[in-house]
Amino acid sequence: MDQAPTARLLVIIPALNEEESLPQVLADLRVAVPHADVLVVNDGSTDRTAHVARAGGALVLDLALNLGVGGAMRAGFRFAQREGYDVAVQVDADGQHDPADLQRMLDALVAEQADVLIGARFAGRGAYAVRGARRWAMTVLAFVLSRIAGTRLTDTTSGFRAANRRAIDLFAAEYPAEYLGDTIESLVIACRAGLRVRQVGVEMRPRAGGAPSQSPVKAAVFLGRALLAMLIALSRPMTEREVRR
Amino acid sequence: MSGYAFALGACVLLVGFLVVLLRTRRLREKYAVAWIVVGVGVCVFGAFPGAVEWLARVVGVQTPSNLLFALALIVLLLVCIQLSAEITTLEEETRTIVEEVALLRLDVERALLRSVAGDAELPLPADGYSPLDAAAPLDGVPADHVGASLDPAAPGDGETSA
Ligand SMILES: Nc1nc2c(ncn2[C@@H]2O[C@H](COP(=O)(O)OP(=O)(O)O)[C@@H](O)[C@H]2O)c(=O)[nH]1
Ligand SMILES: [Mg+2]
Repeated sequence: MDQAPTARLLVIIPALNEEESLPQVLADLRVAVPHADVLVVNDGSTDRTAHVARAGGALVLDLALNLGVGGAMRAGFRFAQREGYDVAVQVDADGQHDPADLQRMLDALVAEQADVLIGARFAGRGAYAVRGARRWAMTVLAFVLSRIAGTRLTDTTSGFRAANRRAIDLFAAEYPAEYLGDTIESLVIACRAGLRVRQVGVEMRPRAGGAPSQSPVKAAVFLGRALLAMLIALSRPMTEREVRR
Repeated sequence: MSGYAFALGACVLLVGFLVVLLRTRRLREKYAVAWIVVGVGVCVFGAFPGAVEWLARVVGVQTPSNLLFALALIVLLLVCIQLSAEITTLEEETRTIVEEVALLRLDVERALLRSVAGDAELPLPADGYSPLDAAAPLDGVPADHVGASLDPAAPGDGETSA
């Protein structure tokens, strides 16, 4: 774990039409982690997301087509890899993730010798509640992925994550673009590659603006698709890269 | 026209059409092979209806036409699966290219800004405009370099050091 205090930190923010909430997130980040570089991956937004991001002092990766969160994140990890960052952190653009939690996550990444560190809900902090089918799905996913990771994970769909160099290298090559691939399958890939996944509890806030991508109607569908995504990810043969580790 | 001549004519037309597509490179050979096999098979069965009856007896299907339907379904199923697999490959390739283009674009943007602003570590456009935007009001970048720098048709746009 070569993480000196001078470790170079990249914050990757996948953003789709988030001009309303992005400025506040960027401002919070500058207070919480002033030494970090911020990369907004603008995924074909139709609003002024890119402009707002540049004005807020972030680097902007402009994807010409919408690739989804997974595609955006792989692009971000590739940037991190090429520029030699030591740690990459994913933060959502909608203001649900509090940058003030970042330092605790970074500390835990080192302290727990983790390769991937999840900022998780339902881990004793915050009062974030999810109901219905989505909640059952999250419970089942958390149970299965905890077994795979060999540690207790309470929030496997959290997009609030820190990755060290080892994880950056893996994710730059393989970050799934499928539905839920960016959260569940990426964890499966990390575990199977022998990376150490850990979590710390964080508080998540309601969205600062714009519309969430999950409506109550989609919640029931979420359960089936999430489980299917996980089963497929688990049954996939090991790639050469994963076996080598 | 008898049904026999009609069937045979249709089969020959199909094979001819495939060959034309292949010759004009509208169809790559890896997809055409399957179709040509199908086309030739259809021609054979069209020319010798007895062959179907013989085949049906051999594999134990009572109604020969049902054997044809079953074969047709299997072929179509296989082709559909092949196309889905090819689309998956294409999507992955598209994704890689889109990511790569975005990374290159950021590199170009930063190189342009660096040439204007000196050698700051990570130069950023504070006004929210990318130097690649046509409307970017960047001091120091000659107007004809802004936004035009990626246009290979524009002569003499090689360097920005005005
Ligand atoms: N790059 C990219 N980001 C997206 C896309 N859809 C959502 N996002 C971003 O992903 C983050 C989480 O999205 P959100 O709708 O809040 O999902 P939820 O928190 O899981 O309900 C936000 O920063 C969104 O801007 C997409 O298609 N591409
Ligand atoms: Mg959200």
